[in-house]
Amino acid sequence: MYIKIIKPVLSAVIQVSILAFAIGWVLDSGAQSMGYQWQWERVPDYIAFYEDGEWWPAELIEGLLVTIHISAISLIATLLIGLVTALLKNSNSVVGRCLASSYIELIRNTPLLVQIYLLYFVFGPVIGLDRFSTAVLALSLFQGAYTAEIFRSGLNSIDKGQFEAAQSLGLSNTFTYWDVILPQVLQRTLPPLTNEVISLIKNSSIVSVMAIFDLTTEARNIVSETAMPFEIWFSVAVIYLALTLSLSAIAVWLEHRLGAKWRTQ
Amino acid sequence: MNNRRNLVEFKTLNKWYGDYHALKSIDLSIQQGEILVICGPSGSGKSTLIRCINQLERFDSGELNVLGQALPAKLRNPGKVGMVFQHFHLFPHLTVLENLTLAPIRTLKLSKSEAEALAMHYLERVHIAEQAHKYPIQLSGGQQQRVAIARSLCMKPELLLFDEPTSALDPEMINEVLDVMVELAEEGITMVCVTHEMGFAKKVADRVIFMDEGQIIESNDPTSLFESPQHPRTQAFLKQILSY
Repeated sequence: MYIKIIKPVLSAVIQVSILAFAIGWVLDSGAQSMGYQWQWERVPDYIAFYEDGEWWPAELIEGLLVTIHISAISLIATLLIGLVTALLKNSNSVVGRCLASSYIELIRNTPLLVQIYLLYFVFGPVIGLDRFSTAVLALSLFQGAYTAEIFRSGLNSIDKGQFEAAQSLGLSNTFTYWDVILPQVLQRTLPPLTNEVISLIKNSSIVSVMAIFDLTTEARNIVSETAMPFEIWFSVAVIYLALTLSLSAIAVWLEHRLGAKWRTQ
Repeated sequence: MNNRRNLVEFKTLNKWYGDYHALKSIDLSIQQGEILVICGPSGSGKSTLIRCINQLERFDSGELNVLGQALPAKLRNPGKVGMVFQHFHLFPHLTVLENLTLAPIRTLKLSKSEAEALAMHYLERVHIAEQAHKYPIQLSGGQQQRVAIARSLCMKPELLLFDEPTSALDPEMINEVLDVMVELAEEGITMVCVTHEMGFAKKVADRVIFMDEGQIIESNDPTSLFESPQHPRTQAFLKQILSY
């Protein structure tokens, strides 16, 4: 069972390393001809530092924690928005369907950056949201629209007979969804949902435009202080990669856990 | 059995699918304890008829009373009209035992141990207790259908509907399901079966109905209907299914 988890992660790490080595070599020779001074030894100071007999997180780790914090809250909101929208879009209510469709189309057809500016400069101040909440709202509204379509296709893939059997047994609508339909939807949609979580984390870097001190903002500040963009941006990319790759590993494990015994394949 | 109450009463019931007249002025009563078999060619409205009884289909005009309630209605006792489907529709992500205990726990508010005792009781009745902890996918079609029957029984239904319960099964598995249905019939549960299993009908049915094009063409006891059908369409249908 563990092979199933370790193998994709290991293969990703190997492929990434080979690629990184190749790119590193090209960059290094290019940087030498530019006269760029590598200062890798200074990077650890921005990850963590030792003071008064204790280790303290430095800027990059603090930024990472903000990124994780924003992403985690946005993820919960995203799943809720996605699920509610998917159920509305499949519902009998005309108003519900219209609302869900307009929301999805509006979000999918405008750039995230424009949505963030709109929320940050217009709606945020109008309804009195702080920066952090605005960031969470922007991210979860954006990602929720895509997640809704994933949930909806998952819902539509469930055999109508499952609903009929549940109804014949006298299960209420709520229990039908909670006990019968959603567990199957979750198992089926886990791979595309993982994609959404990963793009949520990556998109969280865009909230740096509203002066939130996430990983990307911290990195930009360090770069402007130290003039070592190569080292810092590489480190930041590796930190994002470590975060998203560990999430992929969790998703593979979860997918296995949820369906190993009853999957039809 | 004339003094028993009617569990189901159709009064000039009509149903359309768009322009298609699926059920034409159906009048039918089903008494408590009765075993009713419905047969007829595909598209004749048999499934639609029984699906109206547990509200999986709506009807357009006429009246339908089920267990003393005029439909459409939110049922006072949900789960009292059980249904067994052609394709079983077990919940694939739950074990056999969990398939059976879900509705009693949620709807009848039984405790987990009460529900499990109830479930094991019915699993024994359909001779499949040893499979309780397997998932549906690990069972054969006949075993899955018996689990589906036990799942309905756990809600202690007053009326059990069967929608072609053996049509999706391999021939060697049909009998194990029919045996269970015969046992149930002999215990006095009210059953409405859409099926072409004439042997089963002859053995247990009190009455057989032949349907064609949305109408009840003929209704009689099984021996009379199968051996001396009155209506030419019944005769043609029986001739066709008996030709091999």
